[in-house]
Parts: sequence; structure tokens; C-alpha cells
Amino acid sequence: MWEYDPVMFSRTLTGLTLAFHIIYATIGVGIPLMIAIAQWIGIKKNDEHYILLARRWTRGFVITVAVGVVTGTAIGLQLSLLWPNFMELAGHVISLPLFMETFAFFFEAIFLGIYLYTWDRFENQKKHMLLLIPVAIGASFSAFFITMVNAFMNTPEGFDIVNGALVNVDPIAAMFNPATPTKVAHVLTTAYMTSAFVLGSIAAFHLFRGRNHVYHKKSLYLMMKVGLIFSIATVIVGDFSGKFLAEYQPEKLAAAEWHFETEEKAPLMMFGWIDDNGEVQGAIEIPYALSILAHSDPTAEVTGLNEFPEDERPPLIVHYFFDLMVSIGIFLTLISLFYWFGIGRGWKIVEKKFFNFLLVLSGPLAIVAIEMGWFYAEFGRQPWILRGFMKTPEGATSAAYVDTMLFLFVGLYAVLGTASAIVLTKMFKNNPVEKELEEHALERGDR
Amino acid sequence: MDLAIVGISVLWLFLFGYIIIASIDFGAGFFSAYSELANTKHILHHIIQRYLSPVWEVTNVFLVFFFVGMVGFFPSAAFYYGTILLVPVSISNVLLAIRGSYYAFQTYGVKDSKIYTFLYGVAGLLIPASLSIVLTISEGGFVEMVDGNPVLLYEKLFFSPLTWSIVILSVVSVLYISATFLTAYADIAKDFDARRLLRKYALAWSGPTILSATLIIWQLRQHNFSHFEKIMDIWWIFALSGVFFVITVALLWMKKYYSLAFWSLIIQFSLAFFGYGISHYPYLLYPYLTIYDGFTNDAMATALIIAFIAGFALLIPSIWLLARLFLFNKSYVRGEKGKGGY
Ligand code: HDD
Ligand code: HEM
Ligand code: HEM
Repeated sequence: MWEYDPVMFSRTLTGLTLAFHIIYATIGVGIPLMIAIAQWIGIKKNDEHYILLARRWTRGFVITVAVGVVTGTAIGLQLSLLWPNFMELAGHVISLPLFMETFAFFFEAIFLGIYLYTWDRFENQKKHMLLLIPVAIGASFSAFFITMVNAFMNTPEGFDIVNGALVNVDPIAAMFNPATPTKVAHVLTTAYMTSAFVLGSIAAFHLFRGRNHVYHKKSLYLMMKVGLIFSIATVIVGDFSGKFLAEYQPEKLAAAEWHFETEEKAPLMMFGWIDDNGEVQGAIEIPYALSILAHSDPTAEVTGLNEFPEDERPPLIVHYFFDLMVSIGIFLTLISLFYWFGIGRGWKIVEKKFFNFLLVLSGPLAIVAIEMGWFYAEFGRQPWILRGFMKTPEGATSAAYVDTMLFLFVGLYAVLGTASAIVLTKMFKNNPVEKELEEHALERGDR
Repeated sequence: MDLAIVGISVLWLFLFGYIIIASIDFGAGFFSAYSELANTKHILHHIIQRYLSPVWEVTNVFLVFFFVGMVGFFPSAAFYYGTILLVPVSISNVLLAIRGSYYAFQTYGVKDSKIYTFLYGVAGLLIPASLSIVLTISEGGFVEMVDGNPVLLYEKLFFSPLTWSIVILSVVSVLYISATFLTAYADIAKDFDARRLLRKYALAWSGPTILSATLIIWQLRQHNFSHFEKIMDIWWIFALSGVFFVITVALLWMKKYYSLAFWSLIIQFSLAFFGYGISHYPYLLYPYLTIYDGFTNDAMATALIIAFIAGFALLIPSIWLLARLFLFNKSYVRGEKGKGGY
């Protein structure tokens, strides 16, 4: 039988909660922006379709927000429940952004409540749309602040430890640690990108099923365009993240690349496996690419994993996480670019079922990339919970019953995940676009 | 005034905010489930939906604010309470999650379902009960230090009469606060059927509330005598609270000034709540942790207070807007405006 190991269970439970929360959180960060874009275009072009897009997205959004809020509350509590030692230390230095995050939540929650219940209360649609701005700002700022906390765990700064005591605490320096710029930028651009592809793939799905309403076409075109812009931004910022790692967390980059020996002109290895002699087999090798990713210079030297003591090396599995994320990023950029060109040039292929199917996949793929990215970032930080200061087992709780709690939450997420999926499908199935468009037309006719 | 006191006062204030808003919410959920069984659904349903729909997420943020602020101002509290509360708070957490999400699913998504309504109503009472355990634990006597780590004595906690009195108080005061608020709300909405029913509930729960509160003070005498003595030092605060209790009940009895009755209830609870807080000072957890040993460094405390003031300046106008649009807007409350708005 297994032995009770609170550290292992704490890690599993934290990873599980975050992996679940992040799906809803990412959508929560990105969708308000998409709603705002659609509503704005709708008002500007005076096009009922875009307004209805905004309206229907909002309805779905409420459901995802609800799950985002309750799982976020769970992770907020679990940080203290599962990592009390870590939070005691971190609380002294990095609680400022966590605290500011709650104000961002407040702001978002209040205006979302108002926005939802005032669709027909303003004569002027523009005024109603203005209410979305604080929602979008609140959502993006909550990502901004929480990502700062995560950045701090990777490159802690803003304090000194003298004889075991914390001194010279500087909360601002802790917030703006070296990992913050790339992390925050990458998390935000990927959230917008993912939301665009998720909404786009819903439209693509309807087209795929043969519902050829222009409403879906407009939605798909708009979201692919937005998705393209943000996926280009993502790839650029992702490249900066690589350079950040090379300088501040070289072991993470080396583990992702299975780059064992420090060398110049380092190649990039995609996929493959490691054989019994520790040699990389079957990988796609792109010459010089790692040196370029790490230092923008094909001949630059890249630090290898062997430079680090054995007990401070991240697990090698992060290689696959990283490769999957990057492959998906490149695939999504290319496919949205192709679609955009294709529409512009009137290529027949973009109307084909097969191509449509690829677009249906874009949303789920983006979510997979989000998960892979976080798994990479988190497993790649191991064995540290606070890099250089505290190892993960030292941060964990000593309490009993962590295993039982793990099962409890597994059950909870299973229920929430299924229920939210069912509710979302029902909500839109019972109220198809065509029907709603008709109703709106009638309403206006009546007046 | 030192920074630790500023910190704990701010947190205590937000906890009070949470207790009031959440009580209204939890109680309303329970009444709405109960009305389903008692066949009075048509009377209550409408009024409860109108109030709850736009504010549920805001309620949750009050709680988040409290525990995040606690970690910020008192990192050692994260260590002590984080370690001992794993099980009780995880349970509250699951209940909160189920209740919050099903509320949203039901209101925005699918049609009403009896089972959900029932779960929702029951969860509304179990949450305050399970959260109230934290207050019980803070009185000391339920935690032991083993190898420098605090350990919760589950059995002792479970069989302590204090635990159960606090649980009872939390549940009955939720019902009392909620019923009184909804009576006033129904009055503004000019929904007289609902008002009549809710007023009855409010009066029914007023007695148990004051009784269980008195019971707790008496039990503290056995359980934590030094805390009991400190309560007695400021007995007049509790006496004043009692006066406002009488005022509320009297107004409800006379069927007059329902809004005033609710405000008097707020004063009653705030006096009792802050009286309790003051008498608990300086302990966060008897006898291991005071607000002074648990306090963060000065740089962080100052930064948090500045952030709090800035954040608050942003919040006040927003909350005011929310309240103006949904709580105090008579035509919204009466259901004339923004019908099924979204
Ligand atoms: C749609 C999602 C998505 C896509 C397409 C990409 N990423 Fe990413 N990536 C993330 C989603 C993500 C993330 C979930 O947002 C992470 C996890 C933690 C973080 O900071 O961002 C992340 C982390 C992350 C890190 C680690 C940063 C750190 O731990 O500090 C690097 C180096 C990259 N990414 C690089 C890239 C590159 C070069 C991409 C090129 C195509 C790329 N990412 C596409
Ligand atoms: C939201 C997306 C995130 C996901 C999907 C995620 C995923 C994970 C995973 C899989 C683990 C387990 C790692 C292991 O056991 O090797 C983990 C650990 C952890 N993560 Fe993250 N993480 C996310 C963001 C964050 C953020 C923003 C923070 C901090 C504010 C954070 C704090 C932690 C902590 C404290 C642990 C436990 C210690 C550890 O194992 O390192 N995570 N997370
Ligand atoms: C350790 C990591 C995290 C913690 C402690 C945390 C905490 C929370 C909490 C407490 C809530 C509920 C707030 C409420 O009551 O309204 C929440 C929701 C939310 N979180 Fe997280 N979160 C974490 C990771 C993340 C990440 C990585 C992102 C973004 C990339 C994020 C974005 C959001 C958003 C946007 C919401 C609002 C709900 C929504 O709009 O869907 N969170 N989070």
C-alpha cells in the first residue's frame, strides 16, 4: 500500500486545482475583450449580428466565470492550507500583488453584475458597452497580479535573508522581479489568443455541422483575425521568455531542450526520447535554433543541465510539455494566417469541410497549449517552490488527511466540469441563433 | 495606533461585511428552498431572485479579500491556521463551490430543478456552520503543538459544547439577518405577501439568535476564562447591542419602518461583532499567536495599507453604483425595469 506523504498529495492537489482553474481563468481573462470588440463593431457598423454575438458570448461567459470564481477561491484557500510554511515566508514579501488582485476581482465582479442586468436599461448602447471596460480591466489585472506572484516564485527578489531572518523587504522589487515582464506578457497574450480561438472554434463547429448562417461566418472571421494577431504576439513574447530563461533560469530551459552539455551553436531538439545510455533519439534537430532562442545569436553558448547539481535539476518530462506548447503555438499562427489570406484571396479551400475541422480544433488545442505551458513552468521550477530559497517539501503542510481532501476535490472538479459543460450546451441548443435573431427583429418591429 | 491594529481592523471590517452580505444570501437560498417545500414559492421566489442575481459574485470577493488580507498582514496566521484548518475549510470550500456554481448554472443556464434548489438551500446553512468552526478554534484549547507544528484535536472539537453553540448561533443568525433584510426589501418592492411571510420568519428567528448568543458568552466562561473576563470589561458594548436588538424586534412587531429595523439590526450585529473582536485582542489564536507576533514587516504593512486605501477609493463609487442600480432603485426592485435584462 502507499505511504501517506502529505507533500506528494499537496502537490497533486495544487496541480489539479490550478490545472482546472486555469481553463476557466484564461477564458475569463480573454473573453471580456472579445465581447467588447464584438459589441463595439456591432455599434459602429450598426450590425445586429455582432451585438447578438456579444450577447450570447456574455451568457456563456457567466457560466465560466462562476466556475472560475469558485475554483479560484479554492486555490486561494489551498495556497495556505497546503503550503502553510511557504505562505508564511512568501506572505512577508509577495502578498502585495495577491492583495491587489482582490481589488481587481471586486472591480470585475461589480461591473459584471451591472453589465449583465442592464442590456435593455440604457437608451444608448455605447453607455452599456462602457460597463465592459472595467470588467475587462479587472480580469486582465487579476491575471497581471497573480502572475507576478508566480514570477516571484521563479526569481525571488526584494528581500534578504540574514541569519535565517527576513530583512530589507521591498514589496515593489518583489513584484517587479526579473520574471515578471515576460511572464505577465506571455500569460496575457495567450489568454486573449486562447479566448479568440475558443470562440472561433465554436463558430467553426456550427459551420462544420452545416449551419451556414452569416452570423457564424462573421464570428469565425472576426475571431480568427483577433486570434492571428495575438498568436503572433504570443510567439514573439514566447521567444522573449526563452531569452529570459537562458539568463535567469537556465536549468529550466536546458531541461526543456534536453540540453545536457554546455555548448555553442546549440541545436533545438523537438520531441524524441532518451535511450538507456542517456542519448537523445529520434528527435527533430533544428541546427542553431536553441542558441537563437536563448540569445538571438546562432553561435552563442547555451548552459547545459550538467552544470547543475543533480538534486536541483527539473524533471526531464518538461521537454514534451514545452514542445507541445510551441508546436501548437506555431500551428495556430499558421492556420489562422492561412485562413485570413484564404478569405482575402477567395481560396476555395478555406470553405472546405476538412479545413473547417482544423479550425474546430483550434480552441481545444489552445487550451492544451495553456496547460502544457503551465506544466512546463511549474514542473520546470522543481525542486524549488521558491527558487534558491525553499524546496517544495519544506513548504508543504504537515497536516493529516491531505489524501482525503484530494479525493474530495477530484469529485468536486468532476462535478463542476461536467455540469458546466452540460449547462453551456443546453443553454445554446435550446436557444439557437436563428430564433433569437427573429425575436429581436420582431421586438424592433413592434416598437 | 500601530499598524497591526490598523491591519486587523480593516480585515475585521471586511469580515463583518462578508458575514452580513453572505448571511442575507445564505438565508435567502434557504428560504427559497423551503418555500418550494411549503408551497409558498410563488410568494418568495421573485423577490429573492431580484436581489441575489446581480450580487452573488461580489459576496464571494468579500471572503477572498478577508483570507488574502490575513495572509498579507499576518503571514504567521497562514502557517497556524493553514495547517490546522485543512479539513474544516476544505469542506466549507467544497460547499461554497457547489453552491456558487449551481446558483449561476440555475439562474443563467438551465431551468429550475428541485434537487438543486434543495442542495442549494441546505448548503447555505452548512457553510456558515462549517466556517464558524474557525471562531471556535481561535478560542484555544483545540490545538496542540507537535514538533513545532500545530495539530487540530478533532475529537475534542467535536464534543465541545462551545463548538455546537457557535454553530447554532451562526445558523440562526443567518436566518434572522436574512429574513429581516428581505422583509425590508419586500416592503420597498411593495410586495406585501412576501413581506408578511418574511416578517414572520424574522420574528421567529430573533429569539433563538439572542438566546444562543447569550449561551456562548456563558460557555466561554468555562472554556476560556480570560476571554470571558475581557468581555465583561466591555459589557456595555454588548448591552448596547442588546438594546438595538430590542429596537429591531419592536419595529418588526409594530409592522413599521422596516428599513429602519434592518439598520438597527446592522448596528446590533456590528456592536456585538466588534465587541467580540476587541475582547479577543490581542490573540489571533489563543494562546499561540497574537497579532503582534504574527505581524508582517513594516514595509509590507505600509504597502498593503496604501494599496488598501487606493483600492477602497476605487471600490466605494463602484459599490455605490451597484447599490443604486439594484438595491435602492425602487423601480428595479419592483421589477419594472430591466426585466430579464440579460
Ligand atoms: C496558448 C497558449 C500558449 C502558446 C501557443 C505558447 N505558450 Fe508559452 N506558455 C504559455 C502558453 C502558451 C503559458 C500558459 O501562458 C505559460 C506558462 C507559464 C507562463 O508564464 O506562461 C507559458 C510559458 C512559457 C515559457 C516558460 C516561461 C517561464 O517559465 O518563465 C516559455 C519559454 C514559453 N512559454 C515559450 C513559448 C514559445 C517560444 C512559444 C512559441 C510558439 C509559446 N511559448 C507558445
Ligand atoms: C494557473 C495555472 C497554473 C497551473 C496549471 C499550475 C500547475 C501546477 C502543477 C502541475 C504543479 C505541480 C508541480 C509538481 O508537483 O511538480 C503546481 C505546483 C504549484 N504551483 Fe502552479 N500552476 C499554475 C499557476 C500557479 C500560480 C499563478 C502560482 C502562484 C501564485 C502557483 C503556485 C504553485 C504552488 C505553490 C505549487 C506547489 C509547489 C510546487 O510543486 O512547486 N501556480 N502548479
Ligand atoms: C495560485 C494561483 C491563483 C490563485 C490563488 C487564484 C485565485 C483566484 C480567486 C480567489 C478567484 C475568485 C475571485 C472571486 O471571488 O471573484 C479567482 C478567479 C479568477 N482568476 Fe485565479 N487564481 C490563480 C491563478 C490564476 C491565473 C494564473 C490566472 C490568469 C492567467 C487567473 C485569473 C483569474 C480570473 C480572470 C478570475 C476571475 C474569474 C473569471 O473571470 O473567470 N487566476 N482566482
